[in-house]
Amino acid sequence: MINVDRICKVYPTRQGERIVLNDVSFSLARGEKLGILGRNGAGKSTLIRLVSGAEQATSGEITRTMSVSWPLAFGGAFQNALTALDNVRFISRIYNQDYRQNIDFVSDFTELGIYLREPLRSYSQGMRARLAFAISMIIEFDCYLIDEISAVGDAKFHEKCESELFHKRGDRAMLIISHDTDYIRNHCGRFAVLNEGDLVLYPEFDQAIEAHNRNLHLNK
Amino acid sequence: MVLQHFTEIGKSASIQWRVIYALLMREILTRYGRHNIGFLWLFVEPMLFTTGVTVLWTLADAVHGSSLPIVAFALTGYSSVLLWRNMPARCIGAIEPNLALMYHRNVRVIDVFFARLLLEAGGATISFIVLSLFYIYIGWMEPPEDVLTVALGWLLLAWFGASLAMLLGVLAEKSEIVDRLWHPASYILFPLSGAAFMVDALPPAAQKYVLYVPMVNGVEIVREGYFGDHIHAHYDLPYLVVFCVALTVLALSQVATVNREIVPE
Repeated sequence: MINVDRICKVYPTRQGERIVLNDVSFSLARGEKLGILGRNGAGKSTLIRLVSGAEQATSGEITRTMSVSWPLAFGGAFQNALTALDNVRFISRIYNQDYRQNIDFVSDFTELGIYLREPLRSYSQGMRARLAFAISMIIEFDCYLIDEISAVGDAKFHEKCESELFHKRGDRAMLIISHDTDYIRNHCGRFAVLNEGDLVLYPEFDQAIEAHNRNLHLNK
Repeated sequence: MVLQHFTEIGKSASIQWRVIYALLMREILTRYGRHNIGFLWLFVEPMLFTTGVTVLWTLADAVHGSSLPIVAFALTGYSSVLLWRNMPARCIGAIEPNLALMYHRNVRVIDVFFARLLLEAGGATISFIVLSLFYIYIGWMEPPEDVLTVALGWLLLAWFGASLAMLLGVLAEKSEIVDRLWHPASYILFPLSGAAFMVDALPPAAQKYVLYVPMVNGVEIVREGYFGDHIHAHYDLPYLVVFCVALTVLALSQVATVNREIVPE
């Protein structure tokens, strides 16, 4: 169970303080899948970072009684100056795992070949996404926080992500952000829309997408 | 209940150690890579520095106000400078390149600092020990009179350097002025730090003031251990300890504030 209780997040900017999240509350039980829709810059990624514990809320409280992944996103979580193998070692050490097995899995999943020994900064977006995804699959969590991770890459990568995440780990809780509304519809059981700091929960996808489209001014 | 507390602390300690170890390995790799002698540079670099300065001071027969053997004088002095000066230099700007790794909840600012401090202090210490043994072996220097006193002075200098480093590391994150000012400050502090003089050689009026500089006390203790009764060391141990405690408390409180403000990228 993750319980988010009345959190606010304020960022300082040159023009003064900006409220990104304003009194946001929700909870996520084991096995539940919550999809969050919102415009660019609505604060979705911020919310996921707060839930992961990587960043602290300005006020409010988040309690986690299950293990929660780091935000699975394109950026972050890895050291660009290091090679893929070094990153696997780093993350295995942090999460107390044997890196030898993990290296086999990652090289198998990513099919990066000789690039496994090259620094991440030489990778393309797609290669990066493959690696990021594979590394996040080596540690088992009760809840995965997914920030658009499967949006890039080719069809084969999508298929692999699908199988790892929703078939092998279909019983886990997930918090998913995506601009691909069909992706959210197909994989989530609960929905929420984040707009101007407010998070509104919807039991049905149709209601959520209607609110989301209204925020995007798509249905004039 | 108490036992439960202990197991909690034990668990946290083991996580923290794992994170620091992982960061240590990551630092070694990004800093020294896998080329030529790799991580041996960790202590070869300070050894080259110290040897260079020792040779220069020997050739110049530096005026240090006493009849002490110049090699031991230079080694103790310059190694001490490396110890307290390199730690702040490495902690300033330590947060930014590690922001991506802070996506992992257990990787915090303090762990990044600890990893770099361990590496820096370790490098300076290995360099000091290896050079001491080498100079003693080839006869340039006598063995220290009292190793424990040397170790005490060295540890206090390391403590001072580490707490100063953490404080400056956090302040540099808040304002870039710190980075700009530290370079001139560290150069100006070098001649004042006791590396190149003995307090005993100064006029008594100056002695009182120079002992307010914390590093001077540490270097004097190291030298008392090295030269024993051959010198008259001046230092104020309680002052140095109180200074270090205060600096550590200040540094840790600043680390706690920056922890709340950090935005992983």
